[in-house]
Amino acid sequence: MADKIKIAQYWGAGCGGCDVALLDIDASILDLHAIAEVVFWPIGFDGKLHELEQMPDKSITVAFYNGAIRNSENEHVAKVLREKSVIMISFGSCACFGGTPGLANVTNKEEVFQTVYKDTESTDNPEFVTPQTSVKVPEGELTLPEFYDTVKTLDEVVDVDYFMPGCPPTVDLIMVAVGAVLKHVKEGAPLPPKGTVIASDKTLCDECDRERVETDRRIDRIYQAYEIKADPKKCLLDQGIICIGPATRAGCGAMCPVANMPCRGCMGPTKAVMDHGGSMLSALASILNITDSESKLSEEQIIELMMQVKDPIGTFYAFTLPKSLLKRTVKERKRKG
Amino acid sequence: MSSTTPSAQSEEKAEGEDFEPKIIVFCCNWCSYAGADLAGVSRMQMPPHFRVIRVMCSARVDPEFVLRAIQKGADGVLVAGCHPADCHYIGGNYRTRRRIALLRILLQQFGYDPDRLRLEWISAGEGEKFQKTMVEFTKTIEEIGPSPMRGGD
Repeated sequence: MADKIKIAQYWGAGCGGCDVALLDIDASILDLHAIAEVVFWPIGFDGKLHELEQMPDKSITVAFYNGAIRNSENEHVAKVLREKSVIMISFGSCACFGGTPGLANVTNKEEVFQTVYKDTESTDNPEFVTPQTSVKVPEGELTLPEFYDTVKTLDEVVDVDYFMPGCPPTVDLIMVAVGAVLKHVKEGAPLPPKGTVIASDKTLCDECDRERVETDRRIDRIYQAYEIKADPKKCLLDQGIICIGPATRAGCGAMCPVANMPCRGCMGPTKAVMDHGGSMLSALASILNITDSESKLSEEQIIELMMQVKDPIGTFYAFTLPKSLLKRTVKERKRKG
Repeated sequence: MSSTTPSAQSEEKAEGEDFEPKIIVFCCNWCSYAGADLAGVSRMQMPPHFRVIRVMCSARVDPEFVLRAIQKGADGVLVAGCHPADCHYIGGNYRTRRRIALLRILLQQFGYDPDRLRLEWISAGEGEKFQKTMVEFTKTIEEIGPSPMRGGD
């Protein structure tokens, strides 16, 4: 059908769950099929990059890009897709904020290679052979994409029209996005303004039904989820379990708290926040063991109290490290004096 | 080199011995800002490398402000508030000291020297303490060196 719109889906550094998520829309996939033709989706169909490169510019209506930018191939395909597409959607937490692969920003290429190609018990690599971007062999030259030091988000390398956070984006949110495109194509309805995040503008607590302490909140200590049998009705944070909900965008239906698991923050921060982790750090530290004899607490006791948070980056930036203000870890030079 | 850009120049400077730290100081309106003012009107000598930002309460200093200061190239951040039990808003400084303690742990995990962030209680009458703190903190930052964020690693 010549008048069908064209869609593309690609994965960068991700797990593939986002690719599958598009299929989770069930029978609605038929509505999508009625108006759309998939022209490029390597995980779903056979699609080759050179075919994509030969397509005319802006010939694809919507491109869904999931996964972070980890290597030069991720970046190259993102740029090609951007050129060929009218609408570019950053699909899923990895594309939007770096996601779990983004946690690799606590290390760098050299250390990753050292671990993966040398230090792991199951590796037998005495010559420490690591992937090279180009190798000459008798048959010719072999190439591999360049592995970056720092994981980037999609909007760091190309212009992005819409953001769909989530790990993966929920069926409801996908339906909102697909519905908007359907309406635009069928009835000429205007698309949402550029830069729209297809989710709620409120925080997760707003859609979580658990009972919470409204005033004078305080928690005595932090529990890991396995250390305590959580009351299924009460706010997890009030019970001392770190739930990133207060700092996280709503839209997912609070499905983790509903299942008695704390939110880990895959929807990223709300619009007003620049740093997801900083926001959660603030929320948690402010309620941790404030007592009536507060002025008698020493600074050392406060530090001890805060040491209960074992892995601040992994806790507060589980999905958003590359999108945080500091983006990655650094190394200080040796201190003088 | 006559054609170096201002940023390149400052980086060159940062590499050399004559490193001039950039320090951001958040002072609460009720105690520490008055303390800083007292130090000023008393003409106490202080290193000129800090910029004071007045906030209503030290608890107004969202951790994001500190992270943003560092992201923008600050070499050190000082947060100053009322002494425990003296907060104008009763419990603001109790929140602050928790956040700063946790932020220091976070900064360390990010690879920064945690001493780049300091919390100090300075009352309206403690001009001298403000001056002493600034002298000490500037010295600490000079020892640590330029922030890795501005090419100091």
